[in-house]
Formats: sequence, structure tokens, C-alpha cells
Amino acid sequence: MGPAESGVEQPSATVPSTTVPRLDPESAAWLADLAGTGPRQEAALARLHAMLVRIARREAARRAPRLQLAGPELDDLADQAAADALLAITGKLGQFRGGSRFTTWAYKFVILEVSAKIGRHFWRRPGVRMDDEDWARLPASFGFDPAQEAEWRDLLAALRRAVDQELTARQRRVFVALVLAGVPLDALVIELESSRNAIYKTMFDARRKLRAALAANGYLSDDPDRPRRS
Amino acid sequence: MTGWPHLDRFLRTDPRDVGCAEAMGLLHVYAELVAAGGPAEQRYPGIVAHLRACGPCGEDFEGLLAALRDDEAG
Repeated sequence: MGPAESGVEQPSATVPSTTVPRLDPESAAWLADLAGTGPRQEAALARLHAMLVRIARREAARRAPRLQLAGPELDDLADQAAADALLAITGKLGQFRGGSRFTTWAYKFVILEVSAKIGRHFWRRPGVRMDDEDWARLPASFGFDPAQEAEWRDLLAALRRAVDQELTARQRRVFVALVLAGVPLDALVIELESSRNAIYKTMFDARRKLRAALAANGYLSDDPDRPRRS
Repeated sequence: MTGWPHLDRFLRTDPRDVGCAEAMGLLHVYAELVAAGGPAEQRYPGIVAHLRACGPCGEDFEGLLAALRDDEAG
């Protein structure tokens, strides 16, 4: 999903509808100031930008231990995220429905921008490929004990057959990138010029197909709550 | 539960899962409810199912919740 898609409190068939509540005074003041003109608007924009920079830097620092990013580069990523979030927020003020405080809504934008920037940064690493079919990484990824290879060797072979035979070309491509090549989902979104939602849905359908195939061969239960056939 | 819990969990799909777009559309509402100790699981089971299964959306939720809690802590 691109961050720009995420601002609207969408009505949904699967989650309760959000009635439009009255804005709390602080949120109402933010909206009035940002929608205003002149020095009042400029001051509000400066306050909002400072707030977004603070949240972005904190969020980038929170994620830093899992990234190959630190120092000025990390701060630069956070500052870019804050700048882009500010643009997105000011462009979508009319979509804020008051389901939360204004600041919480604004925080969401900047956190999604940090995610998107981290996804983009992934491709700067040397030697990264989305079609790297490293099946040897699967046992460790799924916690298979090397000492018990005799027990999981057939399962792994069945999984590989199912990936080759049951998945569509797109599902297989996404599976290979995410699971075998270790590409983060947000990075794959950029590479395939897609959305987080679309990639997730592709993988969701692939996971369902793979479970069904493994269940048909007795490796997993079709119903996760039922024990595996031995 | 199976003899392959990681694989089993990875391949498990929840029909209540609303997907990324819906979950992110309401993430601010959901996160505020969680931060306030409200009945988030009962009110938004589809978002809960999604955040359990989707790493990137779960990470965004954790970040937003951390920001709210930092604000509360002052």
C-alpha cells in the first residue's frame, strides 16, 4: 500500500463503520489553523512539521536495529518521511473525519512514510535480487531442526512441488521474492510498482493454496485447529 | 497445532483478515482505542487478524502505538 492511500477512514463491510464524532477542541484547532491563511497557517505548518520530524526520527530509531542504516543517513530518511507526510496531510485535510485525534491521524502518515522510505532504501544494498531462489534458507526460516532432517525433507519437497505446480506465475514470483530471497514486502511493492494491499492479497491466496496442497498430502491439517495426520 | 508450528503459522489464513488497505485506513482509530485500553479486539476483529498476519502493517501499528504511548508518558 502506498502511504497516500491510507488517510481516509473508509467505510467497510468487514469492520464497523465509524460514525463521525465531534472533533475534540485540539483537533478542531489544528484543522482551523491549517486551513487558515497567512501567519496563522504558516505557524501551524511549522508546528506540524516539527512534530512529524520528531515522530519520524523516533520511529526510524525504533526500527534502526533491524536496518543497515544509522546516523545522518537514518536522520535524512526520517526528515524526508516527515516532509512527504506533511505534503500528504495538508492535501488530505478534508478527509479527516475525527475518528481519532488529529495528531494520531497525522502520526499515521509519517509512520507509513518511514516504512515506504525503508522499503526504497532496501534496493540500495549491493547484490540484492528478488528472484534469488534460495531454498536452502527455508529450514532455518521455518525452525526445522537440522538433526531431524529425515522428518522434514519430504515436507520441504512437497512444499516446493506445491509452489511450482499450484501457484500462478505472479503468486510464485511474490513467494520467491518474499520467502526465498528475503525481500521485505514494502521493498517488493516498489520493485513491482504495486501496492502493499495487492502484494499481501497475492501472498494470502498463495498461502491458502500451499496449505491446501500440504493438507491434501497429510503434512498439515486443513483446519489449523485439527492435529496433523501422522 | 502441527509438528511444524512456524510453517503452520505462516500458511494459516484468517477469513476475517481485512487486508492492508482497510487496516491502514482505520489504523489511527484502532491504535487510539488500544492505547486507551478499549475493546479493540471485539470492535475490530478483522484488523486484529490482519495485524497478526501482516508484518509490515503490524510494524506500522507498533510504531503508531509507541508514538501515542510516548506522548502519554510526556
